[in-house]
Amino acid sequence: MGLELYLDLLSQPCRAVYIFAKKNRIPFELRTVELLKGQHRSDAFAQVNPLRKVPALKDGEFTLAESVAILLYLSRKYKAPDHWYPEDLQARARVDEYLAWQHTALRSSCTRAMWQKMMFPVFLGERVPPETLASTLAELDSCLQLLEDKFLKDQDFLTGPHISVADLVAITELMHPVSAGCQIFKSRPKLAAWYKRVEAAVGEDLFQEAHAVVMKAKDLPPADTAMKEMLKPLVQVLLR
Amino acid sequence: MKQKVPECGVLALCWRGLAGTGPGLRLHLGSCSGPAGHSWRGPNTDLSMGMELYLDLLSASCRAVYIFVKKNNIPFDFQFVDLLQGHHHSKEYMEINPLKKLPSLKDGNFILSESVAILLYLCRKYSAPSHWYPPDLHMRARVDEFMAWQHTAIQLPMSKILWIKLLIPMITGEEVPAGKTKEILDEVNKNMQLFEEKFLQDKMFITGDNISLADVVALVEMMQPMAGNHNVFHNSPKLAEWRTRVELTIGSGLFLEAHERLKKLTEWDCSTLDPTVKERVSKLLQKFK
Repeated sequence: MGLELYLDLLSQPCRAVYIFAKKNRIPFELRTVELLKGQHRSDAFAQVNPLRKVPALKDGEFTLAESVAILLYLSRKYKAPDHWYPEDLQARARVDEYLAWQHTALRSSCTRAMWQKMMFPVFLGERVPPETLASTLAELDSCLQLLEDKFLKDQDFLTGPHISVADLVAITELMHPVSAGCQIFKSRPKLAAWYKRVEAAVGEDLFQEAHAVVMKAKDLPPADTAMKEMLKPLVQVLLR
Repeated sequence: MKQKVPECGVLALCWRGLAGTGPGLRLHLGSCSGPAGHSWRGPNTDLSMGMELYLDLLSASCRAVYIFVKKNNIPFDFQFVDLLQGHHHSKEYMEINPLKKLPSLKDGNFILSESVAILLYLCRKYSAPSHWYPPDLHMRARVDEFMAWQHTAIQLPMSKILWIKLLIPMITGEEVPAGKTKEILDEVNKNMQLFEEKFLQDKMFITGDNISLADVVALVEMMQPMAGNHNVFHNSPKLAEWRTRVELTIGSGLFLEAHERLKKLTEWDCSTLDPTVKERVSKLLQKFK
């Protein structure tokens, strides 16, 4: 059995891994794990990833969790072009810096924004207090400002003149609130220009393909009682 | 450039902001001394100076970097940025790191934040022994995997325990409601179990027979609740053994030195705390009631 990638393209980190693998023509079997159906909680999937999260990788007997680790593993094993994770000491440090920062910054606010603005009302039929949503969107705004001022600055891409895994991780995060109708690029021309550059570098077709699932999330039929019950713990976390 | 930050004065008290904006400890207080190194008062324009590390050993991320450089005899200048005095929010420090977080590294004109990035940079630049970040594809991936997971699974909850058990009661005079405390402790217990079952398993260290960056990062974070008199190792003999093993491999002297400031946190006199800061902590407490 060759390389298997366990993904749900609804998830931001899964999209980053998907785009990277496809762009670099890395042969893999796609194993879809549907989060909304709770498939990540199954005992079978726990054999692949005891952390019960996606993305996950299985390469022969070797299993690996965490999108950042997976991206670096793939780039090393399949000898991806240098710009994805540059050999240069300082250039690489910049990528590492972004990949570390984003876990507790952009990831959190993008997930909350998408769920609170769209998934809760549309999919779960749950009301989100306006103050909660406002606070989440303010936090998102704050992160976007940092993204522009500290990382992007006047560069073409987040960590320098060329696209790297940092850009993939970032753009897939930002598409989350976009899918919920947040107009994050409207008042941010610098970020909007970067977005276009990343999409062009990835290839528009691949980019659209990777985002098809999340962009259609607003059209999901409402969850049934069983699904709502299953998603309850997640709801509590995401409403905080 | 108007920078909106989720902080009030010297204290980042949005509960998520505690994790999202740094080591989770920013309090305006009386001075606490750090180990050898001078208190930082402004940007260093003398480029003949060696590498500078901006640290406060109250922060787990800073301890990981400190332990690594000392263990590997990497020459550096210790720039103490006092979290308890809010120096990480000073105009001078923001020029070093606009994210206002510790640790930061300054190597000539190159400035780097994020402890994971700093550790990897130091490993490579100073050609640290390969066990710290093994060249083997799978072993290296294991280190990356842990370093990614720990941000939200270990560092964040461990920091929350310290707030719940020590800082909030100290500052407000009130305990955090039992329900909220239990919730955080359950999460920590769950993740410690995952750490044991998935990352450590029956090995000596996370990657196998040798210590790596992952063990150091893991342990310093798990030490954070100790200042709140909470020992996350007491439930598991295996983890307690691993802890001792890592400590001995690092060197007990260095390990103790790195944790001295954390240990003294209970002696902190919070009567000098800025009233607006105290109010923010009280508001945080109200949210849990």
